[in-house]
Amino acid sequence: MLELNGVHARYGAITALRGVSINVSQGELVALLGVNGAGKSTTLGCIAGVLRPWQGGIAFEGGSIVGKSPEQIARLGISLVPEGRDIFPSLTVEENLRLGAFTRSERSEYRRNLEEVYDLFPVLRERLQQPGGTLSGGEQQQLAIARALMSSPRLLMLDEPSLGLAPALVDQIFELIARLHQRGVTILLVEQNVNRTLEIVDRAYLMNTGLIESQGTAQQLRSRADIESIYMGVGRRVKR
Amino acid sequence: MINLEFITNTLSLGSLYAMLALGLVIVYGILRLVNFAYGELIMVGGYTMYLLTFYTSTPWLAVVVLAVLAAMVTSLLTELVAFRPVREKSLTAMLITSFAVSTILQNGALLIISPRARAVTLPQIFQTSVMIAGTSVPWRNILTIVTCIVTLILLTLLLRRTVLGIALRAAADNFTMTRMLGVPANTVISTAFAISGIMAGIVSIFWIARSASVTPTIGLPPLLVAFVATVIGGMRSLTGAVVGGFVYAILISLLGVVLPPGLVEFREAFMFAFVIIILLFRPEGLIRSKTSVERVG
Repeated sequence: MLELNGVHARYGAITALRGVSINVSQGELVALLGVNGAGKSTTLGCIAGVLRPWQGGIAFEGGSIVGKSPEQIARLGISLVPEGRDIFPSLTVEENLRLGAFTRSERSEYRRNLEEVYDLFPVLRERLQQPGGTLSGGEQQQLAIARALMSSPRLLMLDEPSLGLAPALVDQIFELIARLHQRGVTILLVEQNVNRTLEIVDRAYLMNTGLIESQGTAQQLRSRADIESIYMGVGRRVKR
Repeated sequence: MINLEFITNTLSLGSLYAMLALGLVIVYGILRLVNFAYGELIMVGGYTMYLLTFYTSTPWLAVVVLAVLAAMVTSLLTELVAFRPVREKSLTAMLITSFAVSTILQNGALLIISPRARAVTLPQIFQTSVMIAGTSVPWRNILTIVTCIVTLILLTLLLRRTVLGIALRAAADNFTMTRMLGVPANTVISTAFAISGIMAGIVSIFWIARSASVTPTIGLPPLLVAFVATVIGGMRSLTGAVVGGFVYAILISLLGVVLPPGLVEFREAFMFAFVIIILLFRPEGLIRSKTSVERVG
């Protein structure tokens, strides 16, 4: 469904990605793991069209999406929940959700998605008329995911959804991701919480300094002794 | 001194300034661009009225509608031709572009029409007054206030009830995120420029009515008013623009009454002193944007 092939990207003079190749199949839950600065968010930014790779290819459902604008990519069904959530603070919860469905024109689909979102996040229903900026961090995270779901995404990308949340909320978010996966949503998840992530994903890629260092199924990666060292970014390089 | 005449004068001035400031802020909110060519949209509205009333016998209602349309189309065209190509480059590039557009439009009017003021014949209603509670209130003031109220209601409905309006407000919060939801950047920006042009067009009618003439440089004073009003009210919020417009009008009217006759001509200087004081205490302007409000939890 999604295929990155040798993607290079940089911010000005700083090289952020040095040839990243990953793929995600329909219905899969795949994680990108790595320390801060490994290039995880940059990878998502390239897919979402916010950043243009200077080399390499990105294909979604067989067609290249390199050079497409963020709005064109959103219309293809790729939805990103960025790090830091980026909900619209001056818009009400309801308006945030309504805008999430911008690419969908069917009224019945809108209602169906809204019901589903209320079902997943009961708290949002109570806050409909409240400005997004007045929600707590956990509620904002729920709103950000809910807003993404309103577009019936074909591929949902979550950038560190558990960042900055209280431990109880972190559990909730991971349960939610697992549940979305069970419902058949294709998900690309960026996380730093290795152990929790490997409990729920099908496969994972380990990133370090702009490269994919290692990859495998959740089970394979869990049994690897060196995972901690890679994750910490201090250990030796892994042979591929 | 503070009588009905003073109040209606101030309210009508505030209405005018509020609409002016709104037109500037709606573009600033999304692009962070202070459009210095904004005043020239008022000039375009003025010349449209002059040309239509001088050379044709178009009925007034049509003249007004066409003046607003001309300002809107000019605004859209400047965005399409001048701002869009440099948008991705840098904010400074856009700012300089807006100076260029302003100069080109001014010089265009200078060359094509005339450097001298052109009289705009206004309908009778702009010169007549009505007696309310023993005071004569100019119809012009009443029209300005009513127009402002209607415009604010329509704009609020657009921004709150339509998806495009919600997208505009979202873009002012976070433009990139708005685009990532599938909202085309060009649609949002064009809409903002269209609204900005409509505001300038509406203001041009009442602004021209004050002097009954139009010159190539008529755009500068309203641009300054709009800019100062938005700085007072807060550059990031539409409510701030309206508040700023009214505060500006109230301050300038009060100064006109309070200052001794010899100092009245320097009231702008006193006005700006006030603005400095306001900004010393509230650097973000009177109305802060909600963007900075976030609970942690």
